[in-house]
Amino acid sequence: MIADIAFYIFAAVLLISAAMVVSARNPVHSVLFLILAFFNAAGLFLLAGAEFLAMILVIVYVGAVAVLFLFVVMMLDVNFARLREGFQRYAPVGATVGVVLLAELALVLGGWKFAPEAATLRLAPRPDQVQNTAALGALLYTRYILLFQMAGLVLLVAMVGAIVLSLRDRHDARRQDINRQQSRRVADTLELVRAPLGAGIASLGIYRPITAPAAADGQAPPGSDNPEVHAPAPPAEVH
Amino acid sequence: MTAFFASGFGMFVLMVLETLALLVPLLLGVAYATVAERKVLAAMQLRKGPNVVGPFGSLQAFADAGKMLMKETIIPTGANRLLFIAAPMLTFVLSMIAWAVIPVDNGWAIADINVGILYLYAISSLGVYGILIAGWSSNSKYAFLGGLRSAAQMVSYEVSIGFVLVTVLLCVGSLNLNDIVLAQRNIWFCIPLFPMFIVFFISSLAETNRSPFDLPEGESEIVAGFFVEYSAMTFALFFLGEYANMFLMSGLTSILFLGGWLSPIPLPPFTWIPGVFWFILKVALCMFVFMWVRATFPRFRYDQLMRLGWKVFLPMSLAWLVITAGVLVATGWLPHAPS
Repeated sequence: MIADIAFYIFAAVLLISAAMVVSARNPVHSVLFLILAFFNAAGLFLLAGAEFLAMILVIVYVGAVAVLFLFVVMMLDVNFARLREGFQRYAPVGATVGVVLLAELALVLGGWKFAPEAATLRLAPRPDQVQNTAALGALLYTRYILLFQMAGLVLLVAMVGAIVLSLRDRHDARRQDINRQQSRRVADTLELVRAPLGAGIASLGIYRPITAPAAADGQAPPGSDNPEVHAPAPPAEVH
Repeated sequence: MTAFFASGFGMFVLMVLETLALLVPLLLGVAYATVAERKVLAAMQLRKGPNVVGPFGSLQAFADAGKMLMKETIIPTGANRLLFIAAPMLTFVLSMIAWAVIPVDNGWAIADINVGILYLYAISSLGVYGILIAGWSSNSKYAFLGGLRSAAQMVSYEVSIGFVLVTVLLCVGSLNLNDIVLAQRNIWFCIPLFPMFIVFFISSLAETNRSPFDLPEGESEIVAGFFVEYSAMTFALFFLGEYANMFLMSGLTSILFLGGWLSPIPLPPFTWIPGVFWFILKVALCMFVFMWVRATFPRFRYDQLMRLGWKVFLPMSLAWLVITAGVLVATGWLPHAPS
């Protein structure tokens, strides 16, 4: 009884939120309704006794995919009023696709319900003693290992493709090389010179940005970040 | 009495009682964690910390709560009202419902489900929504930046947390949290899986947006990040949610790596002490390390955070997963699912 009530609540909320995904004015609201739809689908899976699928649905779709959706939709300033301009024109195409999908679904369900060959599938015993995580694993990693691996490879290819398309080698980007930082020694970065009094270091052939007052009293200028030379002050105490 | 609890209404009453028995101590713990953190930070910085309200500042938590209740909830004009109010509630509720599957003693979980660890992973991956929605619905630049930072950060560190969980599950052979603890009767997983223990703990720092990964708040550059527009109880809910999440991550760490409710020395004088005590002790230890880290490390730069997540933790946890699987198969220690 309670399971029936829960089923109808989940199913109703799922359908309503699915409708709201396409009809909400604000794209961010659309994505939030999509998340609600995922949740209710997970609830339906739970009611059907497929707890592993329910959790995976929440982890993969709600926890990762929808976050990225939301991320992109929030970042892009999409003007949905303009996107909706062609709605009248494309509505028949969308309706056709929907009707075809519905018909196919009906055919598949009908075949499963009435075809004599499918009767054996329906009679397959539900593995009540085996947890469905273990049952899925035992099936997926033995009989369907090739298909499973191929699905993984397809995803890998898609990922490599996306990276190749979007990767640009930016030469002006600043990078942190931890190895270089760690292996730097004082001798690599600091050079001590004996500069004659009053003449500055320019007479030794070392040039650096010099501001007028700092140069006058031999102090390193505060903004000086020339990596090659950091002349100590006062110069007389060098060595 | 037993007959009453077996009936439909009785089960409902029992469930409510169990939930209260878990949530009331948890919320008290959360309230006192805020005081404890200030005390610990103060001690590490040679200060006294809160010491005015009550003896040794012990009533500070209630004074703070009273102050938050008295204040006015301000909703910015351009904000999306519904989502603005819903975001802190979401954060708080998510940090509470995850506790439904945590076993505090042998079999003492409100819901002892088969896929407990997946449930926890799913709930912790939802935590990002509260922050993302708060950042967006505030209609403020700083809040939005904080929300985006948080989304990128939490998604990145979830990947390595996932690999750590798979490594532990390989050693257990079950997704049930109770089984995970019982599998550590001989040796806690923090010893054979020590690198994974470290990776998990650091990732949980990033997952809870704690220092040194508290860039979503980043008060030095984006004021207070995602909750800059929040005030009064809405702010308090974010604050409490953060601490409850820390408790959750500490609980998860102790279940996965520190043997949950098991006593550290499996000998009579220690095994007489109830498991709840050991569990709370381990959670408190993890909470202390959370605070210790905050007092010790400066905040990461954002590119350093991403580098650590994707270029250090991800390859490392993946490699350790392969090594663990190889060792388990080679030595024949691979546990079978109880079927």
